[in-house]
Amino acid sequence: MTVWAPVEYTDVAELRGPLVMVRGTRGVGWDEYASIELETGERRHGLVLEADHDLAVVQVFEGTAGIRAEGTRVTFAGRPMRIPVGPGWLGRVCDGGGRPLDGGPPVAGAADAAVNGFPLNPTLREPPSEPVLTGISAIDLLTTLVRGQKIAVFSAAGLPHLKLAAQIAAQAGAGGEPFTVVFAAIGLTHADAATVRDRLEERSAAGELTLLLNLADDPVIERILTPRLALTIAEHLAFTVGRHVLAVLADMTSYCEALREVSAARGEIPARRAYPGYLYSDLASLYERCGRVRGRPGSLTVLPVLSMPAGDITHPVPDLTGYITEGQILLTRNVSAYPHIDPLSSLSRMMRAGAGPGRTRPEHVDLAAQIIAALSRARQARELAELVGESALSAVDRRHLALAEAFEHRLLAQRGDELRSLGETFDRAWDVVSMLPRRELTMLSSEALDAGYREER
Amino acid sequence: MGTVTRVNGPLVEVEGLTGAAMFELVALGPHRLPGEIIALRGDRATIQAYEYTGGLAPGDPARRGGSPLSARLGPHLLGGVFDGLLRPLGGAGMWLDPAAPPPARAARAGRSWPFRPLVEEGRTVARGTPIGSVDSGSSPPYLVLSPGGAVSRIREPGPCPSGDPVAVVGGVQVTLGREQPVRRALPYDVRHEEPVPLTTGQRVIDLLLPVSRGGTVAVPGGFGTGKTVLLQQIAKWCDADVVVYVGCGERGNEMADVVAELGRLTDPRTGGRLADRTVVIANTSNMPMMAREASIYTGVTVAEHFRDMGYDTVVIADSTSRWAEALRELGSRSGALPAEEGYPADLASALAAFYERAGRVTTLGGATGSVTIIGAVSPPGGDMTEPVTAHTQRFVRSLWTLDRDLAYARHYPAVSWAGSFARDAGAMTAAVPGAAQRRGRVSGLLAEADRLTALAELLGAGTLPAHERIVLLAGRLIREGFLQQSALSPRDSFCRPERTTLIADALLAVVDRCQTLVENQVPVAWIEQQDFSPILRAKEAPEEEIAARRDTVLDALERSR
Ligand SMILES: Nc1ncnc2c1ncn2[C@@H]1O[C@H](COP(=O)(O)OP(=O)(O)OP(=O)(O)O)[C@@H](O)[C@H]1O
Ligand SMILES: [Mg+2]
Repeated sequence: MTVWAPVEYTDVAELRGPLVMVRGTRGVGWDEYASIELETGERRHGLVLEADHDLAVVQVFEGTAGIRAEGTRVTFAGRPMRIPVGPGWLGRVCDGGGRPLDGGPPVAGAADAAVNGFPLNPTLREPPSEPVLTGISAIDLLTTLVRGQKIAVFSAAGLPHLKLAAQIAAQAGAGGEPFTVVFAAIGLTHADAATVRDRLEERSAAGELTLLLNLADDPVIERILTPRLALTIAEHLAFTVGRHVLAVLADMTSYCEALREVSAARGEIPARRAYPGYLYSDLASLYERCGRVRGRPGSLTVLPVLSMPAGDITHPVPDLTGYITEGQILLTRNVSAYPHIDPLSSLSRMMRAGAGPGRTRPEHVDLAAQIIAALSRARQARELAELVGESALSAVDRRHLALAEAFEHRLLAQRGDELRSLGETFDRAWDVVSMLPRRELTMLSSEALDAGYREER
Repeated sequence: MGTVTRVNGPLVEVEGLTGAAMFELVALGPHRLPGEIIALRGDRATIQAYEYTGGLAPGDPARRGGSPLSARLGPHLLGGVFDGLLRPLGGAGMWLDPAAPPPARAARAGRSWPFRPLVEEGRTVARGTPIGSVDSGSSPPYLVLSPGGAVSRIREPGPCPSGDPVAVVGGVQVTLGREQPVRRALPYDVRHEEPVPLTTGQRVIDLLLPVSRGGTVAVPGGFGTGKTVLLQQIAKWCDADVVVYVGCGERGNEMADVVAELGRLTDPRTGGRLADRTVVIANTSNMPMMAREASIYTGVTVAEHFRDMGYDTVVIADSTSRWAEALRELGSRSGALPAEEGYPADLASALAAFYERAGRVTTLGGATGSVTIIGAVSPPGGDMTEPVTAHTQRFVRSLWTLDRDLAYARHYPAVSWAGSFARDAGAMTAAVPGAAQRRGRVSGLLAEADRLTALAELLGAGTLPAHERIVLLAGRLIREGFLQQSALSPRDSFCRPERTTLIADALLAVVDRCQTLVENQVPVAWIEQQDFSPILRAKEAPEEEIAARRDTVLDALERSR
């Protein structure tokens, strides 16, 4: 039920950056949805960032370029922004503001929902407990995604995180149950966006995908909206329709830069690196929309993907993301093979809830811990070898170096179009741990070793 | 009644609130969103709103509440889950929409509790002395305390709704539940300074960095270093009577997890559910930011309330940094002049005042109770010099610094032995024979091993003299066999103090034997190659096996003579 306030305001007092200051407003509330009509008849959209007496500060998603103080008409919706939700979004490709790019009609839905969502009552959250399998060995084995969790991909410029994000989005599944992906591309180049679109073609055709594309030359402020649209669509599909949904948000660094731009235009007091002090809370209001709800079938898993400026993990965007997500998958140049995942710096905090007997494989958690421990020892051995020479290493240390080698080639390295079954991943994992003498594998039970250890090595 | 003039997120300005007081509650707009006055100039008030203010507009009405921000105390707290203003979340809707009416409250208020009087009519009972109790069997009994005076009426034993009067004392009606302002500390008689240890069940804490009942601890650490797991471990296993767990701006899934687990676990001391001694305040990061600011104070107020009944209480706040960020956010929106990194100038004094509410006291009624505060700190970029971390360190008795390198090496709990302190450790160990010496030896060996590791990395371990190589070995044995304690291990998740002592002594005995052997010219390389796994895994073994495991290792070493 959209009841547009009939009043049109024309007194634009100031234009600054992405902001329009409208004078003479009455009863316009904070966070209200605004519609801005230019002289040319072009219509733009925005939100009220501040309501001060008769002045409303409106952030315009499409930017203020071309807006003049005269001849601009602003109306307010009388309530926060809402969008249609429902399965109508499935199979669609839209821009970052939800407008069709696929030649289809505007998306309609039987229901609508506020783009900011509401906090989920923590007492009604069901703790996550089942895996999302990606068909990527390094992830499924060592940092298993769990339905209803949020986990980030941290990367750096020049690394193929978008390729990985697209691969995850294309291959992820929930053990045969209907699965849906909502992919929000934020500030992507045309080339990257085209790659993502191609990679997800099949999933889109199957009606399992919603793709929202905000491109590098699209309005910057729209980037603030894009992940919210994605999550609102995803939340409804998960908790109302009851599907397992994966929301991929890439690249969140572009989102944060848009937020910083608005903050600067408003003259707010900045915190670290000129990002606003509320960046943590703002990101949390997005990532926390993941979860499962007691007594309802679906789940929403959120995968923010971001490039760390200058590869610095202490930069506010990765740092605050890491403080919110339940783990991270870190890509590094030090691993030469795609997907470049650094197993020692990556961690899925919920893994224990999603892996193991009845979910993946009985020995999963122990096997992963054993591989991590062995890789960690191999790293120490390598550092030692650099000091004293490899010949001075003990026999066991040398076996660990061989294991690290095998890990990278046999298990981690994978093609971007290669979907590995869980069985194949475990097969390879056992090959890798069998590089060590059996007595070194102290984290695995003897039953697991009897079943999995390859003696012939 | 006043009028809203400006809305900027949680910051709201109102005109025309004549007679309003600082920190008075105000109901904003048609949905009566709660807010608190944080500045007054004439009849203009600046208000922090505790709910999402979307749709609130200049011109909307604002009504004075007449009382300061208060929390509803009562027997319903134990075992419950609440928001930052202590409103029950159990029974609230799936989505927390401030425009939807809170359905839970009425239901809760209507619940009856088994009341039992503890005094007779006609007696005069001093302030703070119990006059009645609610004992549901599983939770520690909830005591109704006297406001002081002659008891002119007292209720018969039997079921009693929370809001009904149970007594009239000194002319004042006493009910089971009551509203309590949260920003001011509840009064007590005297504070005790001599430290009495609180057992946490975590070896690294209980032996090296002990905390006292009524003490204060900060736990700084970058993301993923294990703050939440350590705090949850303490919430589960520490030997307090009541635990108040404040999830302040952290994750919903973690809250769901801790609530589920507390409901499953049995309290080893009472046999009841751990949930029944716990009050959970869940203000997750996506819930309104200003309620996060309030949640810290509601949490301590609840703890003080149970302290006054003579209980030892622990407040766990995860994370105080999110609370400080809420302060900063409001400061910045109200245009206050910022100090370091945008934080308000009174950040240090706000932190000091918060930790000052901890303490072990004689209550007004003459009982002994305590409030221990353990707060996580989340330094941006892991930078320990940032304002919240730096100031917090000044005001706490213990600091448990979590180290990213230890966490990445999966050494959990990743408490840095070099970068932490416990100011009351000396006084607490002095009381137990042998304790100070044990602690001194373990921390001495760790420090010495660290120094030698740095040296060995430069020169190669082979160049060190034999007795120093044994110190390196000792460092490894203590780290792996003692300090590391997996929260996920069914047997090792919690370690009784007696067991902690046994394991430490067994390890020290092995280290001593190794030292003796190298003094007697046994080759150090031979010792280093021995199988120490029986003693390294003693922590996973039944208690009565520990001595035997020590002897296995000692016997094997002896064979070298
Ligand atoms: N004592 C422990 N035993 C076993 N695992 C642990 C322990 N402490 C931490 N971990 C591991 O480390 C992960 C991260 O720990 P935790 O969630 O407590 O970090 P945190 O410091 O609270 O991070 P954040 O600041 O992001 O909330 C856990 O999910 C778990 O895998
Ligand atoms: Mg945490």
